[in-house]
Amino acid sequence: MTNLSPEIGRRELTLANKIRNLQWGLVLLIALISSVGFAMLYSAANGNISPWASRQMSRFAIALIPMIAAALIDIRYWFRGAYWLYAGALALVVVVDLHGRTGLGAQRWINLGGFQLQPSEMMKLALVLALARYFHCVPDEGPPRLRYLLVPAGLIAVPTALVLKQPDLGTAMTLLAAGAVLFYLAGVRLWLFGTGVLAAAAAAPFAWSVLRPYQKTRLLTFLNPERDPLGAGYHILQSKIAFGSGGLFGKGFLHGTQSHLSFLPEKQTDFIFTMIAEELGLVGGLVLLSLYILVLAYAFAIALRSRSQFGRLLGLGIAVNFSLYAFINMAMVMGLIPVVGVPLPLVSYGGTAMLTVMWGFGLLMNVGIHRDVLVSRFGQSRLG
Amino acid sequence: MPRDTQRDKLLTRRAILLGGGQLAVAAALVARMYQLQVADKARYTLLSDENRINLRLLAPPRGRIFDRFGVAMADNKHNFRVVVVPEDTSDLAATLAALGSLIGLSADDRRRLLRQARQQHAFIPLEVRGDLSWDEMAKIEVAIPELAGVAIEQGLIRYYPDGAIASHPLGYVGKPSQQDLNGNPLLELPDFRIGKAGVEKADDLQLRGTAGTSEVEVNAYGRVIRELARQPGQPGEDVTVGLDMAMQRFAMARCAAEPSVSCALLDAPTGDVLALASSPSYDPMLFSRGLTEAAWQELANDPRKPLIDKAIAGMYPPGSTFKPTVALAALAVGALTPETEIFCPGYLRLGNALFHCWKHGGHGTLRLHEAIKESCDVFFYETARRTGIDNIAAMAHRFGYGAPLGLDIPGELGGLIPTREWKRARFGIPWQKGETLITGIGQGFVLVTPLQLATMAARLVTGRAIVPHVVRPQGRMPPGGDKAPPDFAPLDVSPENIALVISAMIAVVNEPHGTAYHARIKDSEYAMGGKTGTSQVHRITAYDREHHILTGAKVPWKDRDHALFVGFAPAYAPRYVAAAVVEHGGTQGGEGGAVAAPIVADVLLEAQKRDPARRVPLPAPAAPAPPTAPSAAAPPPSVIARSG
Repeated sequence: MTNLSPEIGRRELTLANKIRNLQWGLVLLIALISSVGFAMLYSAANGNISPWASRQMSRFAIALIPMIAAALIDIRYWFRGAYWLYAGALALVVVVDLHGRTGLGAQRWINLGGFQLQPSEMMKLALVLALARYFHCVPDEGPPRLRYLLVPAGLIAVPTALVLKQPDLGTAMTLLAAGAVLFYLAGVRLWLFGTGVLAAAAAAPFAWSVLRPYQKTRLLTFLNPERDPLGAGYHILQSKIAFGSGGLFGKGFLHGTQSHLSFLPEKQTDFIFTMIAEELGLVGGLVLLSLYILVLAYAFAIALRSRSQFGRLLGLGIAVNFSLYAFINMAMVMGLIPVVGVPLPLVSYGGTAMLTVMWGFGLLMNVGIHRDVLVSRFGQSRLG
Repeated sequence: MPRDTQRDKLLTRRAILLGGGQLAVAAALVARMYQLQVADKARYTLLSDENRINLRLLAPPRGRIFDRFGVAMADNKHNFRVVVVPEDTSDLAATLAALGSLIGLSADDRRRLLRQARQQHAFIPLEVRGDLSWDEMAKIEVAIPELAGVAIEQGLIRYYPDGAIASHPLGYVGKPSQQDLNGNPLLELPDFRIGKAGVEKADDLQLRGTAGTSEVEVNAYGRVIRELARQPGQPGEDVTVGLDMAMQRFAMARCAAEPSVSCALLDAPTGDVLALASSPSYDPMLFSRGLTEAAWQELANDPRKPLIDKAIAGMYPPGSTFKPTVALAALAVGALTPETEIFCPGYLRLGNALFHCWKHGGHGTLRLHEAIKESCDVFFYETARRTGIDNIAAMAHRFGYGAPLGLDIPGELGGLIPTREWKRARFGIPWQKGETLITGIGQGFVLVTPLQLATMAARLVTGRAIVPHVVRPQGRMPPGGDKAPPDFAPLDVSPENIALVISAMIAVVNEPHGTAYHARIKDSEYAMGGKTGTSQVHRITAYDREHHILTGAKVPWKDRDHALFVGFAPAYAPRYVAAAVVEHGGTQGGEGGAVAAPIVADVLLEAQKRDPARRVPLPAPAAPAPPTAPSAAAPPPSVIARSG
């Protein structure tokens, strides 16, 4: 038994204690990454704070409140509420599937009184919470038995299928990947993953038939971007041109030609990393990547210090989700994987993503603050 | 609860593996960044510049064309067009409707514009109407504050101040055709025009100038963001022509008196073409604007051939205007002397064939002077018979017939002077004696252009092988005329013989029995000499002749004879020469003297009155022999004349 601050586990944490134990270094890192985003949004608007940078800054400021709140709420409330949150997020996804607003050919948004909400973003955290709670409760008797995996598999499969139907291939894949990682961390035997991969391969022809034409085109275009340079391959090609022409030190802040001349599509959202690479070069890209890795290291450290399975799985699930976002986005704009609509966390322009990521970091800090709180299988607090 | 259960150990181990996997992914990302931004940087930089830098050509303004005194004949005019930028309007359809109420746009026009707007980027201006009138401009300018997105743009259009007056010698400009495209990108500019005829075509390269370039940065939609560099082009060089716009205008107005006329006026000693009229004409602006199919068909199908410059490309049998040339051929080979007498009974018999004189009953006994003056056909049948076709052809070539003169604008035709070889090659049958006879009166196979007629006269009065030209490379005429007029080679024809012919041609106009006496210039200071001609279009049958059927207005226009006249003035110090052909002008008496001679007389009189050489005298060319005294009065020529 480790004995890091053993006294904390012995009594209820006071609010002052909690605030003192907030991971202010992580907050600073988050603010730094977000600031890179503000700067690039300022540049994307040709040196204007509006329309993107100002709104993104206020979103960040607003999102800090739920983040801190999520960090301070007792972890046992999160544990108890995990399935309810999951159910709520799932309901919203269903609502979107039925009545959602269509943007870019996919139903992803619902309008909540002027506020655009993207429930599939919420789903990612809700899924991690639900899986963390589930695996926390699975009897600790070696690798989970197969019968214990049916419920979590369902927890993953239902939202994934619904999101895929929107259709939002990127989010569906991240949901699936995050679920798989939690399975892995929960100790599921490796041969089961092998079986899963085989099953996926067997289902591939069916999946292909379910894909929308534009998704098929994206996959085909990924395999050969020059196939149709002015059509579907245009985005990847233009992104690579902008990326590569940035060189070692970039063309200078506000001086990216490809992004400012609109050759680069969606420069304020999905392709913002390309803009960073064009204007700030390899150096800028490496700085941002390093910041992400620092955040990831921080998250791993927090998660692994937690004394509860719930806390560890939650922390690692959030870290993995975060890195999935960042890495998939980066790999996508560099032409390593097909174009999927995944934003760059904290940097891309977008309200729901910002809110979700900040909420996630709030939960992560919550795990850090409550690392010694013991969570029973049923969520009751149990001291010692 | 135990802390270090097996589950915890497994999780920690797997978490570390997971973290390692994420670092590996990060390393792969770094490797990819390095590959794109360092290894392949040059390639992507090139692609990025190709993306954004667009080299645009700047069309140079076309050179202007001036007449000999510096009057602009072809200029560039700013034209104004109204455009709408769809993205700047709140409602394009409403804006078009409002605009339509100002300048009258049909519903079809509006539909077409809306359709066009949907097919292009919203920042690309839609041209609603080109070439606005001042009135329309004013209406739009007043309304522009309420019409967001509407603007008036300026462009350059080729402009001919005198419209159709000089369209034949000047030509016109138009869009390059597929054959004109030679890889020069300038030709592919949508607004670029090249010379299609006349001087515009002949001196096109000089008039074009060289293109400038503008390096612009464009965005992904082709919108120009800014100009990176600009290299101005070279405007086209101006061209000066020898035409006198005032004379051109006068000649065109005079030619308009008949349905289809062409006329050439030359400054004999210099070979400058002062006026080149072909009526009816066409508006050269039609071609700069773009011609509708219907308008094109109308021009192309008009029997009066408005698109053809008949002064240089109309070929006609010269009729009696050929007689001076035949006379000089006969005198040169000794077939004839000024004293040779030939009797005209009204016809000449050759074998079984009868060759008629235009004058029923004949001219009686004539010598050369009277034969030219009264244009006796029998005299020239006999003269031609004695001279032989080859000698006639040789003399005709010396006077510029039978081949293009080498005029410096495109489209000139060479006419035809028949020879024995030509006939054999062309028809495979030998030359007939009778064909020599009718060649003697300018009928048969002989074909000449009005310009060749005028050039013949210029060569006659100067004794030099004048070559006409439209463009003056030496530029504007200085006050008092050119310091060094062009030096043409001597014609190698006996000056005495020339003087003889000139004197007879003066008699044609100025003596009572002359065929053009009625068209004489009465002011003796400006008097002219010349020769009438009628060229037969419809073959006369024995039936026609017996029944005297061919009287004037009964003949359909297109079967009537052509009327010709070639003249020079002033009669005793010739400076100007002119020739006119009135197509199917035979109605008012069936001979050149009646319709063509007055045109030439008026043109020559006007040319002399405007003569800049009269303000500062030029050395006069060799004067011909003094006039002979007018002989006794005689009745005017018969109406049924065949060859005036």
